[in-house]
Amino acid sequence: MPEPTKRKFRLSSFPLFLPLVVLLLLVAVNIVSGGFGYFAIELRNGVIYGPIPSVLYGAAELVIITIGMSLVNASSRGQDISVGVIGAVTSAVFAMVLREYLARSPGSAVSWGVVLAAFFISCLTGALLGAFNGTLVSVFKVQPMVATLILFTAGRSLAFLIDGKVSPNLQYPIIKQIGFSLPGIPIQTPILITIACIILFAVVFKLTNLKLYSQAVGINEEAARLNGINPVAVKLTSFIILGVCCSIAGFIAVSKSGRHDSVNILKFIELDAILAVALGGNALGGGKFSVKGAVIGAYTIEILNQTLLRLKVGGEAIKLMKALFIIILMVLASPVVQAYLTKLFTRRTAEETIVPTKEVL
Amino acid sequence: MERRKRRESISNSNLLFLISLVIFVAMYTVGFFRFPTSFRNLQTFVDFFNNNAPLIILTCGMSVVMIGGGIDISVGGVTGLVTMCCAVFLNGRAGSVAGSIFLALGIGLAFGALQGFLVSYLHIQPFIITLAGMFLANGLLTVIHKDPINAALPAFLKLREADIKIQWLGTVNRLGNFIPLRISYCMIIALVVVTVIAVLMKWSRFGRNLYATGGNSQSALMLGINVKRTKFFSYVLCGLLSGVAGYVFIMQTGAGNVGNASGFEMKAIASSIIGGTLLTGGVGNMIGSPIGALSLLVINEIIRSAGINSNYQAIISGLLLCVFIVLQSLVVWIRGKGSPTLPPWLQFKRDSR
Repeated sequence: MPEPTKRKFRLSSFPLFLPLVVLLLLVAVNIVSGGFGYFAIELRNGVIYGPIPSVLYGAAELVIITIGMSLVNASSRGQDISVGVIGAVTSAVFAMVLREYLARSPGSAVSWGVVLAAFFISCLTGALLGAFNGTLVSVFKVQPMVATLILFTAGRSLAFLIDGKVSPNLQYPIIKQIGFSLPGIPIQTPILITIACIILFAVVFKLTNLKLYSQAVGINEEAARLNGINPVAVKLTSFIILGVCCSIAGFIAVSKSGRHDSVNILKFIELDAILAVALGGNALGGGKFSVKGAVIGAYTIEILNQTLLRLKVGGEAIKLMKALFIIILMVLASPVVQAYLTKLFTRRTAEETIVPTKEVL
Repeated sequence: MERRKRRESISNSNLLFLISLVIFVAMYTVGFFRFPTSFRNLQTFVDFFNNNAPLIILTCGMSVVMIGGGIDISVGGVTGLVTMCCAVFLNGRAGSVAGSIFLALGIGLAFGALQGFLVSYLHIQPFIITLAGMFLANGLLTVIHKDPINAALPAFLKLREADIKIQWLGTVNRLGNFIPLRISYCMIIALVVVTVIAVLMKWSRFGRNLYATGGNSQSALMLGINVKRTKFFSYVLCGLLSGVAGYVFIMQTGAGNVGNASGFEMKAIASSIIGGTLLTGGVGNMIGSPIGALSLLVINEIIRSAGINSNYQAIISGLLLCVFIVLQSLVVWIRGKGSPTLPPWLQFKRDSR
């Protein structure tokens, strides 16, 4: 019997299998319910619109956060539940810098330079908050979810204090261009930013050891340390990168809505991000990860959201379904069920091969 | 011998418990002198229990799960769900007080059993599954009823209003009238729960098994403890207590609302940690947990009395949580200092009591 041992049923051996199946399923549901108009793309005011562009547009923040989350998930074997809150705080900082600038120099308009400077400062804040989480996780050995619980508790209040308790309005032309579309470019700006981020991370993962090291630390921290990798530095780096990802997401979210609402901005995105990472075929226990899968997972979740909305399922029922979905996913991916399925499959193949010998006996 | 005993007692999590007790007493003293009008009343102290009974009950449940080495962040969601279900049930045609109590306990048990099964028998990470449980409970809550709803059953209203007045203790209000000390049933339920859980954890077989399991599940297994079943029942107990907390919550507010008990899971975890329950499991003090909750509440009360922006309540809670998490890490580090082979940060010596 040379073969049976190889035929193990494992989700982890096909990282892109699960997200692609779910993605196709959802697209099929959409086609069945709404016909092939799902693929329609139309040009309105020089910008593309349609169901698929709206998915790409809506998923921008989620995709960016998911990339960082999969990195953190791989290296520290836990998830960051403060991503939405970090986004809220950094976007509050972004809004504050813009407002301060306008207050200091009355009569001047918001220029690209100011926006970029504010964006840079917000990224710095995100990196700091990420470093805070990362220090707790890497140096003090706190479970990631508990460490990030601190910001999760305090963050939105912090954002509320930073933005001056007024939910400031940011209806400036440049912010509008960032949130919707630049003149002369037919694709919405958030989509472009997302693509830029994906390319940037692809290049970074290709050129540096970051991915390899994160996986090594996630699989066996002690072994990684003995091989000369500094687990503290790797974990800290992954959290800082996640912090920056969150601030980019916060920047996009605040530009889309045109005002900063510290209570509702990026609300519940942490569950979506964790779900996207899990859906992408990544083990939530850390170790090997696929960013491709996570990105596809994020888009799948956005399609799920929009499909449920299209089918007139209420926003709250969506939350319910997502929770059920994540439970089912976790049950499927749990080691016990995996072992059972493996046994089931191998036994079946073993029986096929053993049956003749039994007859002989 | 004497010296050794002392060292043991200090390197235990009793240190954390002591710190939290000191913080509580210090904060109360600050409040006592800074805001005498409110803190000098005995009623204020009793009101901490009267008004925050659900949180204290939840903290007990959370501590039980955390001692077993797990965590449950669905408690707030389940509490909210229970309040809404009870309110809807009480307003229905078949509404009765006994039925609503059974409903509350049943919902709590169902969530606890489901999550306990998934975590202990299927080896799924407790954080993920209870996060999903939290969203499940939130989703169910809003699917069942969206708007605030008042429970208007007369029998229930009677139960709500019922309280115990102690005539010989009390305070004189601003108008000079004497008001006897008011103790609500919520407080009594909370105290009973704390006592029962403390006795259970200290002297029952389940409690000792749970400490052993949380301390080191491998050696607990070697000792012949049914680790899976012990963990399972810790979640069931936590679920049951969230059901109780939900019922106490609706006894207080009398209404089911979407925002009920939101954020309680964070408060409960923070209270447990401040009360000296170690995140790594196996160490905890059931008297510490309510004191952790009270420390948080006193700080919030001081902030409220001082008229500072209420956003600082969350920020200070977060800060306190942060300090205690770091302290815990240091305690774990000091305990593991014995063996010379590993560098200090990599030591995770989890010994049970």
